[in-house]
Amino acid sequence: MTYGETPSQTVGPYFAYGLTPGQYGYDFSDIANHIVAGPDAKGEHIRIIGQVLDGEGMPVSDAMIEIWQADHEGVYRTEPVSIENAGFRGLGRCGTGTDAQNRFVFETIKPGCVVDATAPFINVTVFMRGMLVHAFTRLYFDDEAAANARCPVLQSVPADRRDTLIAKRADTATGPEYCFDIHMQGNRETVFFDV
Amino acid sequence: MSGFKPRDWSSHAPYIAPDYKSTILRGPTKPLMSLSGGISEASGPVFARAAVRDLDWDLTRNGRVNGEPIGERIVVHGKVMDGDGRPVPHTLIEVWQANAAGRYVHKVDQHDAPLDPNFRGSGRCMSDENGNYVFYTIKPGAYPWGNHFNAWRPNHIHLSLFGPGFATRLVTQMYFPGDPLLALDPIFLGTPDEAARNRLISKFSIDKTEEGFALGYQFDIVLRGRLATPMED
Ligand SMILES: [Fe+3]
Repeated sequence: MTYGETPSQTVGPYFAYGLTPGQYGYDFSDIANHIVAGPDAKGEHIRIIGQVLDGEGMPVSDAMIEIWQADHEGVYRTEPVSIENAGFRGLGRCGTGTDAQNRFVFETIKPGCVVDATAPFINVTVFMRGMLVHAFTRLYFDDEAAANARCPVLQSVPADRRDTLIAKRADTATGPEYCFDIHMQGNRETVFFDV
Repeated sequence: MSGFKPRDWSSHAPYIAPDYKSTILRGPTKPLMSLSGGISEASGPVFARAAVRDLDWDLTRNGRVNGEPIGERIVVHGKVMDGDGRPVPHTLIEVWQANAAGRYVHKVDQHDAPLDPNFRGSGRCMSDENGNYVFYTIKPGAYPWGNHFNAWRPNHIHLSLFGPGFATRLVTQMYFPGDPLLALDPIFLGTPDEAARNRLISKFSIDKTEEGFALGYQFDIVLRGRLATPMED
């Protein structure tokens, strides 16, 4: 006997007090937040910043981004995720409704390369009002040009769209920062994957 | 580690579903690129039992300030399984919803319906070793939204599940049987296949109904199955 999948539905505009309560100031505990790796985590500490842009190029104020990544050695966490963990957590979650520019910001470490890949990357999931099914993409790093050139996933993407998956590094006074804007539509539409 | 079966798109909505107007500028328009079977999509976050705290699974009690929340108490039972009927154990389920009057606690909810000081409307639970879960809440009210003239959302509870891998992630909504607004709701109707979208409607259950306390509903959730593993018993 097989069973049909339960259809996906939108998170709607009111997910904040259920899914990201701490960030939005609601009195409910978090299971994940924008900190993917706490201060004790090994590896290079980085920040990831971006906006979600709609088909008119306007930043989306009610999107939620989740990221799931390997640790500095390229290993996915198999122990439970906890926001009490000051080390590597692996999972991050951030809404775009609390920043003046509707950005998401993650504090994390640069992942190592996982065993079946050739370049380091972060799994990114996009949820928002107006999307009935969430969208998957990947964040690669622009300072890994040689590894990216060998990556079969990146190479399978049309060359003129590959850039949409590559975060741009800037070294700031508060540490390395990668910019990763997510374009839902338009001529810079981010590559999304059928995972 | 084995991967998961491909997403069954016949069970899901398209990204652009024009009757739901916000999809028009927000859904991806280009075809998805395939990405099959790596360890990255097969791995995913797991949570300890302790992630579900004292009253997280009882929304009739977890927002109390000075009394009981208003509305019809319900208890929602369900089983999380994969497409082959295998239970999905120990998976975290997050829920959020409007109160009995159709009002969300969310600061930008402009609907002119009363907040309930004793109801927050968010909680979480975890499936047990057999995939079964339960939470208590108040039946949510319908609420208007700006999609079109006289647009009202049917009564619904939002649910978010992780499942065993990043690829099985699911955010969905549970509806109630017999709701006349279902036939008019572009979000529910966004799933074109009638049999698929009817899986979003919970079933009233007199067996799960608790004498003198709460009406029972059953809402089973089916996540993507794993690819066949060789030599399985
Ligand atoms: Fe809702």
